[in-house]
Amino acid sequence: MGQITLKQITKNFGDVQVIPPLDLRIDDGEFVVFVGPSGCGKSTLLRLIAGLEDVTSGAITIDDRDATEVPPAKRGLAMVFQSYALYPHMSVRKNIAFPLRMAGLDKAAQNAKVDAAAKVLNLTDYLDRRPGQLSGGQRQRVAIGRAIVREPDAFLFDEPLSNLDAALRVNMRLEISELHQTLKTTMIYVTHDQVEAMTMADKIVVLQAGVIEQVGSPLELYHTPRNKFVAGFIGSPKMNFLAGEYAAGYGAATIGVRPEHISVSSSEGAWPGKVGVSEHLGSDTFLYVDIDGVDEPITVRSSGEISARHGDNIYLTPDVSKIHRFDNQDLRIA
Amino acid sequence: MARAVTTRRKALNTLIAWSIGLLIFFPILWTILTSFKTEAQAINDPPLFLFFDWTLENYAVVQERSDYMRFLWNSVIIAGGSTVIGILIAVPAAWSMAFVPSKRTKDILLWMLSTKMLPAVGVLYPIYLLFIELGLLDTRVGLTIVLMLINLPIIVWMLYTYFKEIPGEILEAARMDGAALKEEILYILTPMAVPGIASTLLLNIILAWNEAFWTLNLTAAKAAPLTAFIASYSSPEGLFYAKLSAASTMAIAPILILGWFSQKQLVRGLTFGAVK
Repeated sequence: MGQITLKQITKNFGDVQVIPPLDLRIDDGEFVVFVGPSGCGKSTLLRLIAGLEDVTSGAITIDDRDATEVPPAKRGLAMVFQSYALYPHMSVRKNIAFPLRMAGLDKAAQNAKVDAAAKVLNLTDYLDRRPGQLSGGQRQRVAIGRAIVREPDAFLFDEPLSNLDAALRVNMRLEISELHQTLKTTMIYVTHDQVEAMTMADKIVVLQAGVIEQVGSPLELYHTPRNKFVAGFIGSPKMNFLAGEYAAGYGAATIGVRPEHISVSSSEGAWPGKVGVSEHLGSDTFLYVDIDGVDEPITVRSSGEISARHGDNIYLTPDVSKIHRFDNQDLRIA
Repeated sequence: MARAVTTRRKALNTLIAWSIGLLIFFPILWTILTSFKTEAQAINDPPLFLFFDWTLENYAVVQERSDYMRFLWNSVIIAGGSTVIGILIAVPAAWSMAFVPSKRTKDILLWMLSTKMLPAVGVLYPIYLLFIELGLLDTRVGLTIVLMLINLPIIVWMLYTYFKEIPGEILEAARMDGAALKEEILYILTPMAVPGIASTLLLNIILAWNEAFWTLNLTAAKAAPLTAFIASYSSPEGLFYAKLSAASTMAIAPILILGWFSQKQLVRGLTFGAVK
């Protein structure tokens, strides 16, 4: 079981309050992603759940047991760190077996569990090596192996993929998702990468300055962001924002349109503009279009190939049904 | 971009490196060579480099005139004892400063180091008087304590930098893996700190072995270590370069051999954990 509840928790570092009172409920078996820009408190929140930091006030319960004062070793949670945090003086086998050894399992049981985990993670051939002799991806697998052998109530991941190269990151992302499908254990995953959040999460928690901006499924956040911050943070490329008379026509202070919800035409459309940079990916074309009265170029994403060149005149037309409207408090207008 | 290294440049660098190395090593080499000369050849002008009558006579005389083993034994006890006691005190001190630092930790570290900037002779008189008062003059115990205290700031600093290098996340990982404080120290911290402790130990033995100021001033006959053994041959009675060299060679040989076999550890120790 791995049901975690945070009740009115706060965290101060000295005089600075990094987490103002915060409530959150994480259900058993959920894959929850904490996402937000750096310094938003997502890692601190994870470390509070882990017990590596003490809460300043409030309560943390794990499976209805008060865990606020429980030391990290006794919370029944396993953590995978950004730096992997493997024990450099131990072999891979000993690294993975360490939590079992701490739990007092006998050698035979330890070996059986390590072998099983190694098989799942493709580490069988590397069990006698030291972490220093492994590649980044392999080290990451060892760190995950160390977490899964003890069958924790929940896994905590602190930006586990940020030290890997792009291709490997996609692979590991899939592996972690698959692992979640197999184990069905609660996972809490911290990242600043909204693509990781969108692809892996059952539930995304968007944080800014220690405050939860929105909690919801990836598609909820995509379709109905609660405010401008969430709208801008979720989705890639970023949502375009237009204020002034562009927004006034829709009865809003600001309107947001996602790049994939704008169509382009060379002859007619709502917003005339000039093509700045165009990026041709084959499957998609990204255009950055300057239009009158808007400081930042409007990003447009069209599937397929569009032969637009720098300086071309172009007309943009937003899909009216997909326009997001925000009031002067940056909150969503329903 | 890597710098292009031509063969010529490499050869030049090698030459320069060897020249500097030889320059540094030359006094030791000369001492060793001189120890095999006769007294007359030792002061020959021009100096004789390799072509002289090699003789072991000086060693025989030195061994006959003074009991080398007694000095050696004193050196071993004083250097070894002060190092072991120093490490025992410094490990917990450095440990707490590295892992549970307070606002004043940096100040304390600097203050400790600042005591090394004081000229030793400045405190000779009070320490001498204390030694008389406590009956420690010319005893191994007294010398062990003084050398331990003299080198303690360096030991604490070195260990502190080593402990600082151990990433906090690894300790946190151990905690998450269910390790209690005792297990964390036993299975994670200590194995990771051992190389650092080892090189600190080595460097400190060398420092204590070579320490001459206190060992010369606070000993007479009983507790005198090898530094006093060397000094006893630089007497005003006359010039005995060859015998002095033989005594020096005998005194530095053990530490030179120790240093040779522990080069790797030492280099790491001397760079104070700067090279990762």
